[in-house]
Amino acid sequence: MSVAGELPVMSSTAAATAQLIALAAGALLVTSVLVVWRRELSAQVRLLTVQGVSLAVLAVTIGLSGPRSARAELLVVAVLVLVLRAWLLPWVVGRRLRAGIEAGDAAREDGARLNPTASLVLVALLTTVAYLVSRPISAGVATRAGGGISGPAAFAVPVGVCMVLIGFLLLVDRRRAMSQLIGFLVLDNGIATVAFLTAAGVPFAVELGVSSDVLLVVLILAVLSRRMQAQLGSTTLDSMTELKD
Amino acid sequence: MTALLLLPPLAALLVGALAATPVSGVLTRLSGVLTSAVLLATGIALLAHRGPVPTLGGDLLRADPLSALMLAVVGAVGLTATWAGLAPRPGPDEGPRPAVTRTDRRYAALVAVFLGAMAIAVTTDNLGLLWVAVEATTIATAFLVGHRGGPRALEAAWKYVVLGSVGIAIALLGTVLLYAASRSAGEATLSWTRLVSGELPLDHGLVRVAAGLAVLGFATKAGLAPMHSWLPDAHSQAPAPVSGLMSGVLLAVAFYAILRIRAIAYVVLGPGLVRGLLLAAGLGSLAVAAALILRQRDHKRMLAYSSIEHMGVLAIGAAVGGPIALAAVLLHLIGHGLAKASLFVVAGRMLAAEGTTTIADVRGLLARRPDVAVPLVVGMTALLGFPPFALFFSEVAIVLSGWRAGLGWAMALVVALLLVVVAGLVRATASMVLGPAHDDAPEAAGVTRAEPSAGLPSPGHGADRGPTTPLVLALGVTAVIGFVAFPVGDVLARAAATLGLS
Repeated sequence: MSVAGELPVMSSTAAATAQLIALAAGALLVTSVLVVWRRELSAQVRLLTVQGVSLAVLAVTIGLSGPRSARAELLVVAVLVLVLRAWLLPWVVGRRLRAGIEAGDAAREDGARLNPTASLVLVALLTTVAYLVSRPISAGVATRAGGGISGPAAFAVPVGVCMVLIGFLLLVDRRRAMSQLIGFLVLDNGIATVAFLTAAGVPFAVELGVSSDVLLVVLILAVLSRRMQAQLGSTTLDSMTELKD
Repeated sequence: MTALLLLPPLAALLVGALAATPVSGVLTRLSGVLTSAVLLATGIALLAHRGPVPTLGGDLLRADPLSALMLAVVGAVGLTATWAGLAPRPGPDEGPRPAVTRTDRRYAALVAVFLGAMAIAVTTDNLGLLWVAVEATTIATAFLVGHRGGPRALEAAWKYVVLGSVGIAIALLGTVLLYAASRSAGEATLSWTRLVSGELPLDHGLVRVAAGLAVLGFATKAGLAPMHSWLPDAHSQAPAPVSGLMSGVLLAVAFYAILRIRAIAYVVLGPGLVRGLLLAAGLGSLAVAAALILRQRDHKRMLAYSSIEHMGVLAIGAAVGGPIALAAVLLHLIGHGLAKASLFVVAGRMLAAEGTTTIADVRGLLARRPDVAVPLVVGMTALLGFPPFALFFSEVAIVLSGWRAGLGWAMALVVALLLVVVAGLVRATASMVLGPAHDDAPEAAGVTRAEPSAGLPSPGHGADRGPTTPLVLALGVTAVIGFVAFPVGDVLARAAATLGLS
């Protein structure tokens, strides 16, 4: 993650900003990889909390380095991110997880298709892919950086893309309903990361709508997984194979 | 005029909120019908309006002719599905109507919210809000798909929410990158009118990635191959009126989002990228639908695959482009919506009457239940694209303009695949409709056929009979709309023109 290496000489504030962005992006990437590595579901939820905090740090850093006019809005968005992604969403998932374990559900992801080593190798490949496919995005944002967005943010974009890809990997690889939910959240955090790094976040009204949509989807999936456990006695998706042609 | 824009979302919210509370049983029963009627009336009023395009709240709500047309389509199809899906008036010997339960209220409120979300999606100018509204339809329909309960509905609902949300998340990524492109170009905006104006110096590489992702994401929601796998499950497990709404207009609303993104990509990049994507998705959808309709054993799943087929035709029409093909795409949207909503409602009645949707278990419907068989046959004829129904004209127009645009090989493939689909649907329909009234074949094969008049423990939304008027109206409109040059042709031309002359 040597983002700083690509930067020209700059003032100390700008250097601090670049380092903070690199730090937050690094934390986001590491937590995503750890979610792939850990099989303990409650550990994955804790990693989601760390990820939410890193995302809020990223939002604050970008907000403070941006133009004065947009500062207040981005700080409010950062608070929203902190409340939603670092507290509310992990809390909903964790609560459902504990209730499931009490009712006899597995506490570990035991149905993954890939073993940990293979999945980590795949993550390394995905990271490379993310750097390759992010090139037009980074270039497009960096060349015409008008005011707010600076170089370091543009060059950290691959981290967000990589999180999106890791989210896909989790959704395809994992068989427990709760793991899929966690994969969806990693994917969504990745999109939020890309949004902050490329455009300093989406307009506030849209951010509000997106946040409430994500919250509702997670609540719905939590309810459906409860029903799944009550009706099918299990939350592995392999127990759902009735519908086919 | 601008106040009209607020009417559909407000009406949906109000009706939904009232339907959720035990204020009035009638309101709960009629929530979908009322909301749809408001949408339809507003859409028609906006279509009739000439002069400056009404906008509200900056770029939040805006109704150009395309938006107005889509609003009217959502209203008309919604009206067909919800009105025809009403439980019939109880006969003199059946006692009073069953009381409205909590489940009924939840159902009614969610249908109203679903319709409201679609109304916002088609009348907003802000691509971010469009995304939020499309995702809100997933949320509103999640519990509607699982409404019947049981493991199958649960499986369908889970797949639907996970795949729908993930697909639409890709579209969010595309939307975010479009915003980034506009911001780098000096004016941070998600307004479609601004992005499509061609005045912003948008970065080509960024728009290429953004448009590709957004089209891919919305294509998932529109049920285009290869991201279609949730669709047959969700559409076959949902209650009949909801299936009708999802197949008839929800897919169309997602497709409308693709049309908007396509216009931006066309202005910035030219036709290449999105044309390729849509052509591949369209041909893929047609191929998947043709293969699976041929060996389909379940009537409702067959209808779902037919929706994938028609989405494929729409994608191909959009790939061809040009004023004629785009007007034909819009005509196809209307015709397919009305016919499919009617057919799903009929499928619901068939399920209630026969106790099954397995094609092989239904025989001699025309002799035993003409009230179910006649709309089924007429609806199927419309869906297959026989004249005089609108789908005939739209399919011919799309294929001919494709030919003239130099896509002859693709159009030949389209025609061949459409013929396969026709063969499959005709065979299945004929086997259900024709035959003697009482086949003497031994029924001990494990098929327990419910007695039609035994008063099934119907969950309130799937009785074997119901209002016929909406079906007659919907199929009648599909039959004549292709001939009515004014005002329909005029409206279609104006709506297609808002997408530019691409």
